[in-house]
Amino acid sequence: MNRIIDHPVLGKLDDRKKIPFTFEGKEYEALENETIAAALLANDVRTLRVHEESGTPRGFYCNIGHCMECRVNVNGQANVRACLTVVKENMVVEKGKQHPNIVKRMVENR
Amino acid sequence: MIDVIVIGAGPAGLAGAISCAENGLKVTVIDEFVRPGGRLLGQLHQEPSGEWWNGIKESEHLHNEAQKQSIDIRCGVSVYNLEKDEDAWNVHTNIGTLTAPYVLVATGAAEFPIPVPGWTLPGVMSVGAAQVMTNVHRVEVGKKGIIIGANILAFAILNELQLAGINVERIVLPEKSPLSKNAGEPEVVMKSLLNAAHLAPSPILRFGSSFMKNEGFRKLGMKFFPKSGVKVNGTPLQLRKAALEILGKDQVEGVLTADIDVNGNVIKGTEKVYEADFVCIAGGLYPLAELTAVAGCPFKYVPELGGHVPHHSEKMETPLEGLFVAGNITGIESGKIAMAQGTTAGISIAKHAGKGSTDINEKLEQAMKNVHTVRQNAAIQFNPEVANGRRKIYELWDVFYGKEQDTLQEIG
Repeated sequence: MNRIIDHPVLGKLDDRKKIPFTFEGKEYEALENETIAAALLANDVRTLRVHEESGTPRGFYCNIGHCMECRVNVNGQANVRACLTVVKENMVVEKGKQHPNIVKRMVENR
Repeated sequence: MIDVIVIGAGPAGLAGAISCAENGLKVTVIDEFVRPGGRLLGQLHQEPSGEWWNGIKESEHLHNEAQKQSIDIRCGVSVYNLEKDEDAWNVHTNIGTLTAPYVLVATGAAEFPIPVPGWTLPGVMSVGAAQVMTNVHRVEVGKKGIIIGANILAFAILNELQLAGINVERIVLPEKSPLSKNAGEPEVVMKSLLNAAHLAPSPILRFGSSFMKNEGFRKLGMKFFPKSGVKVNGTPLQLRKAALEILGKDQVEGVLTADIDVNGNVIKGTEKVYEADFVCIAGGLYPLAELTAVAGCPFKYVPELGGHVPHHSEKMETPLEGLFVAGNITGIESGKIAMAQGTTAGISIAKHAGKGSTDINEKLEQAMKNVHTVRQNAAIQFNPEVANGRRKIYELWDVFYGKEQDTLQEIG
């Protein structure tokens, strides 16, 4: 997606410092003071995690911290809300992952 | 030592903090979001006067005022518990426990989710999420969108998306279900839109189509509502179409819709898929009041106020000593009213704390009056019956707590 540079009422987007970070091992750039969710969307990344049990993809839903749908792994810390967390230099962000659920897989593979 | 902890740095919380500080109290404001302003940040609409209401500027203004009063504002702080320990409140947060004799809970509102099948796909978001992404973060939510749900909030944000050049192709209703309730019934939706139409914020938002304005058409109701919809600022509002499922593999690719009758029942054989790369779900707002529940506040369900609200007085007191509320936690209304309520709460807290000048009672009366004045002049009204809802909760307060308060005052 693109950033909204020119806005008829809000004006031009400030020139801000670019902050490098990684998501799933790939390098991206955020703007200074940007949240993980906004920075990733600006880089066309919508999927922030997969459901712990089913493995189906999830993105942000409410964007203000209420719904907990956007939880990612930040520098090894699990379940951090991407919509409330500002990207810091060289932050290592990873998707929330599917859990093994060994019993279910055994049943499925029978 | 902190005198007052304000939870929520939105319009109510900041205004409350400022009025506490003006009356000599030491205030700390905490908020989960990355910057102060709360839901005010995303707001952007034209007032009937033609002037723009710019939530970012309003937030900055409040933030500056708060800084002038040396108010400690901490963003990125989440509260997970609120309990009273003898005569002080403990606010448990991710940065530790903060303690103060007074707490103002100004947590605002949350959006009702409407679980349409497929709604967990990346690219599906609440309409408020799209507002924040667009106006606050300035990132495009997509190239081609569909809004599911027709209410005041949806129209206000549709207007904001259009302003930013984001293409919303259509507004449809959610399929009628026990979860979507009235939001899936065209006649009910139409009625509530007409009730609120004159209260919409800007001239172009006042559902300008002749269809909506024409008394004759109104009476005919939904039966003759055009299938293609009526245009709201260029985007078709299709009250006779429902979203059955949001489609896509790894993210949103489209929405499966069908025509519906006036009661919201699907007409078989009319299914149609519309392409989209984002979908906004607009379920409306409800007071975000969990913290007051955790603290032990009793609640009342008041539909006119948007849901369950903690018992509170017009002076913004709750039945729990030292605990105050302001803003959308007390009922869904506009940011301006939240500010007026915040100011009232701040003066009220100062009065309880024995602070402020000798004219504190007068100030409190004035602040309460101001809430009414702001309501009367409000550009956005989420529920036309809101004044009735307010009256209900204040009457309840008088019945349950009025006498006790009077006695306390007499003793005091």
